[in-house]
Amino acid sequence: MAILETSNLVKTFGGLTAVSKFDIYLNEGELIGLIGPNGAGKTTAFNMLTGVYRPSSGSIKLMGESIVGQKPYEITQKGIARTFQNIRLFKDLTVVDNVKIAYHQNVKYGVATGILQTKQYVDEEAEIQQKAVALLKIFNLDHKKNELSKNLPYGEQRRLEIARALATNPKVLLLDEPAAGMNPQETHDLMEMIRWIRDQFKLTILLIEHDMSLVMNVCERIYVLDYGKIIAHGCPEDIRTNPKVIEAYLGEEVDLSAEN
Amino acid sequence: MNKKKLIFITGAVAVGVVVQLLISSGVINPYFAQILTLMSMYAILATSLNLINGITGQFSLGHAGFMALGGYFSAILTTKLALPLPNFLMFPLSLLFGGLVAAAAGFLVGLPTLRLRGDYLAIATLGLGEIIRVMFVNWKYVGAAAGMKGIPGYTNFLWTYVIAVFSILIIVNFIKSSHGRACISIREDEIAAETMGINTTKYKVMAFVIGAFFAGVAGGIFGHLIRLLHPNSFTFMVSVEILLMVVLGGLGSITGSIAAAVFLTGLTEALRQFSDLRMIIYSLMLIVIMLFRPQGLLGTREFSLDMFSKFTKKAEKAER
Amino acid sequence: MDLSAKTIEFLQQLINGISLGSVYALVALGYTMVYGIIKLINFAHGDVFMLGAVFGYFAITMFGLSFYPALIVSMVICAALGVVMERIAYKPLRNSHRVASLMTAVGLSLFFQNFTVYRIGAQPKAFPRSAPVNWNVFGVNISSRQVLILATAVVLMIALHFIVQKTKMGKAMRAVSFDRDAAMLMGINVNNTISFTFAIGSALAGAAGVLVGQYYGVVNPLMGTLYGLKAFVAAVLGGIGILPGAMLGGLFLGLAETGVSAIGYSTFRDAVAFAILIIILIFKPAGILGKNTREKV
Repeated sequence: MAILETSNLVKTFGGLTAVSKFDIYLNEGELIGLIGPNGAGKTTAFNMLTGVYRPSSGSIKLMGESIVGQKPYEITQKGIARTFQNIRLFKDLTVVDNVKIAYHQNVKYGVATGILQTKQYVDEEAEIQQKAVALLKIFNLDHKKNELSKNLPYGEQRRLEIARALATNPKVLLLDEPAAGMNPQETHDLMEMIRWIRDQFKLTILLIEHDMSLVMNVCERIYVLDYGKIIAHGCPEDIRTNPKVIEAYLGEEVDLSAEN
Repeated sequence: MNKKKLIFITGAVAVGVVVQLLISSGVINPYFAQILTLMSMYAILATSLNLINGITGQFSLGHAGFMALGGYFSAILTTKLALPLPNFLMFPLSLLFGGLVAAAAGFLVGLPTLRLRGDYLAIATLGLGEIIRVMFVNWKYVGAAAGMKGIPGYTNFLWTYVIAVFSILIIVNFIKSSHGRACISIREDEIAAETMGINTTKYKVMAFVIGAFFAGVAGGIFGHLIRLLHPNSFTFMVSVEILLMVVLGGLGSITGSIAAAVFLTGLTEALRQFSDLRMIIYSLMLIVIMLFRPQGLLGTREFSLDMFSKFTKKAEKAER
Repeated sequence: MDLSAKTIEFLQQLINGISLGSVYALVALGYTMVYGIIKLINFAHGDVFMLGAVFGYFAITMFGLSFYPALIVSMVICAALGVVMERIAYKPLRNSHRVASLMTAVGLSLFFQNFTVYRIGAQPKAFPRSAPVNWNVFGVNISSRQVLILATAVVLMIALHFIVQKTKMGKAMRAVSFDRDAAMLMGINVNNTISFTFAIGSALAGAAGVLVGQYYGVVNPLMGTLYGLKAFVAAVLGGIGILPGAMLGGLFLGLAETGVSAIGYSTFRDAVAFAILIIILIFKPAGILGKNTREKV
């Protein structure tokens, strides 16, 4: 059974249809790409999956349960985490605090306990700190844990955002153009890391990219979105030769034969 | 609670007791005693508003309304319903009651209005403060426009100071807990906070309710200090005055709020000698300070002993 | 034609409400223009309105001007004051935290109030005015003062509409409030445009001050606060940043307040304005004419 499945998802803004007939499914453990030219509706689709936008119609099912109409924080608690195209870190907080906030939903102590600072508070806070630092270590950010996140270099901000999303303990991770603004070497390393994260954390990942050559190597299946509609779906080889996809990308300089 | 904090609280309370003894024995005259009391009261108001505005990032301009609710309802308990209780029980009980009424009002109005953002929330809370004030203007039981008279003068320095110490401690501990971090994340980026699994509405309302509670307590202290409650003591200019302390101290800096509360209360008193020119000087100073330090005196930093040690270390390095 | 007593009463209140509302609308326009262009709640705007009334008062009592010249003099002085205010107190803070400029606005408001109190005293001053002519239309009393307020307000609003829609400066104002950076890149002098906006908004507030002085016959240094707040409420009601919204909000508020007073709840009058505001904000956060915009994710 698919872990995340949508059917007939539609989003209209006033008279404008941003996304229509958005049907995708993600099987457990898959790494799926969602590609399409700029303005195709990829981020709008993400916003529906994470509850930021309420779909105009259609259904979203997470492990068989409908999550349409739920608040973003409820959906996160149910197991979908995301990053943002234009990084949204808590800029004026330290690197470790960024991650600790994502652990909040699992905190057991109440407000009164927090104010009285009982042993339960002290223990749990120590545990959160230790978990957060351990997670940062995986992303090679632990040595910068007390720096303000806005002072990190761009690539590290991207990594921190992924680390923060993982701290919510998701089943499905949605990455919105994680390679935007990176050079080819950084992009390559990032794609390697994403694959490694998927295996290590046993995740299902949906990845947005508008540059399709990037996802060809890492993704097992690819959906192509154009003008708000899924126009193609399949393994990278099929997508590469699909005439509809080539047409959608015409005008954009994409080297379809690129292997890397 | 760790040892350092316990020592700090004991020390802080000890200072209060000594000052109160100096007041009782007449070394500090009643005028200065009242100023010290007002400083403590404004410290409560400023830190509680900072929790809403500076920590959670929700722009509230209605603090005077919650102060009024707390003031009136605590005074109703001590003045109207003369319960057979000794003063040292009656007073804290009435403050608690005033605080709870304000908190309840904070919950009721916070739930719908906290969906608004930025300036819209500011103007809505400003309106709420005014509505609360107009309610008291029309409520005959508490003296309507003439005000409520004959309130017992329970407030003294020690009470106010000790309550201030504990209020601030509660707020600081809250901020340091995971719940406080949730509030801070809303200030930083509400959408990101929501996608990190934080129920932003819940924490906005929580900060608002806690802030309203302490504003109510401060209102009770105010009523039993001045011994007269008048609706005009709670206009939106009072909210602005409290907000000014928060901004001047640096949004999000608790120590800054305390310092600014002490400074501005002292300044207001010091300017009294200029009678007519007092408010002109005050307003000009406000403009000048904002123009030169728009981030407040401390920014978001906390004032602590560590700052001194950093400072001295730098100085040492410079000497070498 | 005879109208029933109730209808006459209703029409009477309607006219009173429209007179009051047109004053709110004039002040609200300044709020909305300034907010539209630099996203600042200019708390000192209500006091510019008060100063307008005071300038009008002096123009008539000390310089013996008649009503319209006094109105124009007051508008010109207020316009200049608005420009100076923006240059000194707001411009340096344009790029810092918005609460900082809000606090400066409060500081300016306090300064204007207290400086006026210092100069002319806190007591209300009688605004010199000629005896009104009253017309009886089907039993409804219309005073020449009401006609004056309404006519002046309408003329000023038409003039404003012309400036904003038809002149080059108006185009620049619209461009800057839409996107300041883009306007700058298109070669628009943003600083001048913002100054101009303050000038126009303050002139309108000054005019409203003189009209209120003429209508109610009193001027006092503290009158700006409540009128200012109400006018701001009117601006938010209509949809802040939208000129027709300010007019609509002003009229709506004037009518609502007069209505509440008419049915015998005049002590609740000030609360009503805010209650309406909160209800509208909850159900239509962007105001009556405003469009809901979402933050882009």
